[in-house]
Parts: sequence; structure tokens; C-alpha cells
Amino acid sequence: MVVTKEHIWSLLEEVCDPEIPVLTIVDLGIVRDVKINDDALEVVITPTYSGCPAMNMIEVNIKALLQEKGFEKVTVTTVLSPAWTTDWLSDAGREKLRAYGIAPPQGSSEDKTALFQDEKEVPCPQCNSINTKMTSQFGSTACKSLYKCKDCLEPFDYFKCH
Amino acid sequence: MSKKLDYILQLADNAMILGHRLSELCGHGPILEQDMAVTNIALDLIGQARSLYQYAAEVEGQGRSEDDMAFMRDAWKFKNALLVEYPNKDFAYTIARQFLFDAYNYPFYKLLAESKDQTLAAIAEKSLKEVTYHLRYSSEWMIRLGDGTEESHQRIQTALNELWMYTGELLEASEADTAMLAEGIGVDLAKIAPLWHQKVDEILSIATLEKPEVKWMQKGGKIGSHTEHLGFLLAEMQYLQRAYPGQEW
Repeated sequence: MVVTKEHIWSLLEEVCDPEIPVLTIVDLGIVRDVKINDDALEVVITPTYSGCPAMNMIEVNIKALLQEKGFEKVTVTTVLSPAWTTDWLSDAGREKLRAYGIAPPQGSSEDKTALFQDEKEVPCPQCNSINTKMTSQFGSTACKSLYKCKDCLEPFDYFKCH
Repeated sequence: MSKKLDYILQLADNAMILGHRLSELCGHGPILEQDMAVTNIALDLIGQARSLYQYAAEVEGQGRSEDDMAFMRDAWKFKNALLVEYPNKDFAYTIARQFLFDAYNYPFYKLLAESKDQTLAAIAEKSLKEVTYHLRYSSEWMIRLGDGTEESHQRIQTALNELWMYTGELLEASEADTAMLAEGIGVDLAKIAPLWHQKVDEILSIATLEKPEVKWMQKGGKIGSHTEHLGFLLAEMQYLQRAYPGQEW
């Protein structure tokens, strides 16, 4: 059987992010490249944030999955450049986040040096109201902020632009 | 090559020691949101330290790991600036220390992203995105505390005055800084200095704080001559690997 890159990419869609298990590592844009050399596979990944504690687990999960599918020689390489951005989050990934109760990133660019900047309109993932308020710039993981909906009163996570 | 190793360790140790200091506040922040904020920043810094230690170990070429670099070196081998080892004390000290460092670290990584050394440039490009949030956070808190109540104003001014003498060495080139600048790898600190002063002046003015007039600067961190605080910090940080060498989970 001839192994194609497309086939490996589709297999990698079975590897979920350990912290946000509704997203696959492909949805998140963590997988940057797949290289095939005869019977050896190399998967190139990039961390979301430098301190992302899930990277080791993701590497182990990629190897375990590919070995289970019959690929003996698998290496996982980490690259830092170009630096990961939420722009790489797939549309499917954004929809999955919303359904899971996490507001997906709004738009792509914002000036992160501006002090006390106006908060973005972030629709509540529960009731869609835009009458929401940021309660903390930093949330339960590096990639999220904490918000509260002032209509349905649910607190929720917002996956911030990065 | 050893100058390059020293240079990478200066950066790595800054990130590691400040990251560890902030991690001490995990579960002890003044309020829940700020507890999460400082521990998020700690996580970013420790992540940056990991990338830098991995590279330091590779450049050294003696088979040591990132963990050996963090946990098996003694205080006089650490090359971090004295500022980052200063204790948390109260939230004013924590914020003033963070701001004075972030105002240096942000332009530093911006320039390092153009380094001839591709690994350092990649680490800088990645770290810059994170340091941008840190600078915004610490700047906002300088303003909140400075332009806050009489009590908060007085406490942040006291912290600023006390920490000021540790800022000089950030902008003063070590032998490693000079050697790496000459090779097109390192950052020109003469270019960072005006940017640092500009940011500090801007924020202190909004925060209604006075720029300290202290002229005498304490230095030595970059050559391993530290304050007494670092030994205590390392005693806690390195305890497990010292007591049970090579232990993993």
C-alpha cells in the first residue's frame, strides 16, 4: 500500500487536544507538516504557547496512534517558527468550540500593546447574547480568558486571539 | 562557544527564575483572577526557559538535559539578573518587578527575533507574543496601583524605589552580550536602553509615580554574583532533584 500524506493527515484527526478534547490537533493547527521517507514518518508540530503542558502528551498520543495503525518508525519534531496563531484554527474547530461552551476567537488581529483596550464583542456560547463582560484576561489555560454573560448569567471561557 | 552558552543561559535563567518566583504565588494571589494571571505568566516564562535550556544543553554538547540545566547547577552558575530573583514580598513588589523586567524583555525579544542564530530567533518570535501580554498586564497594574488609593500609591512607589537599583545591569553589556552582539547573534543593549526608559517614563507618568533618583546600581547577576535571595529560591526549586537525582514521574 502506498502511504500518502493525506492519509496520515486524516489519521491525525483522531488525536485530540488533551486540554480541549473536542478539538483535534489538526483543528487547532498544531500539526504543521507530515513527511514520509520510505517506511519512516515524521510529524512536525508546534506549541500553542511556550508553556503548553500538553505538548509531551500530544507527542506520545501521535506516536501511539500511528504505531497502532501499523507505522513502526515515527518521529515527532517540534518547531517554534512560524509562531502559532489562532488564525490557524479551522472553521470546523471554531464551531466545535462553540458547541462545547467555549467562545471561539473573534476576528484575527488586535493591538496587544494597547492598555485598557476596549473589549471585543464576544457572543455568549450559551444564549448568543453579546451583552457579555470579561472578568479576567487570563483563564484556566494560557489560551483562554474568562467572560460572563450578563443576560443568561453563565460564566464562560473565551479562546483569545493570539 | 562558551560565550554563546553564557548568553543563552542569561536569557534562560531570567525566564526560569522569574517564572519560579511567580509560581510561588500559585494559590496565594491577592484575588483569584490575579492568582491565575501571575501563574499564567509563570507558565509562559517556564515554557520559554525550557526552549532556551534545551538549546543551551545542545550548544554545550555534553549530553546534559534541560532539567540538568535548571535543577543541577548551583547559584553561582546562574546568570539571571538580580531583579528577577527579588522576593515577591507584597503585590506591589511583584508588579513593579514584573513591569521593570517586561519593559526590558519586550524590546529585547523584538530585536532578538532578527538574530542570525535561527534557534534564538525562533524562540524570540514565539516568546514575543507572550511577553506582549505580560507587559500590558504589568503596565495596567502599575497604573491601577499608582493612580489608585493613597495606600496603593505609596506602596507601589516604595517597591519601585527599592527595586530601582537592580535595573542597571539589565542594560549593561556583559562579556557574553558584547561577544554575541559582535557575531550578529545577540541584541544591542544600547538600542534597548532608550526604549526601556521611554516605556518606564510613559507608564510612571500615567501612574502618577516618581521615577527614582537612585544613581547607584547593584549588579553581578550576569556573572553569577547573586543576592542572598537566589540560594533560598534554588533550595526550594531544586530540592527534589537534589534529594532524588534523576527522579521522574
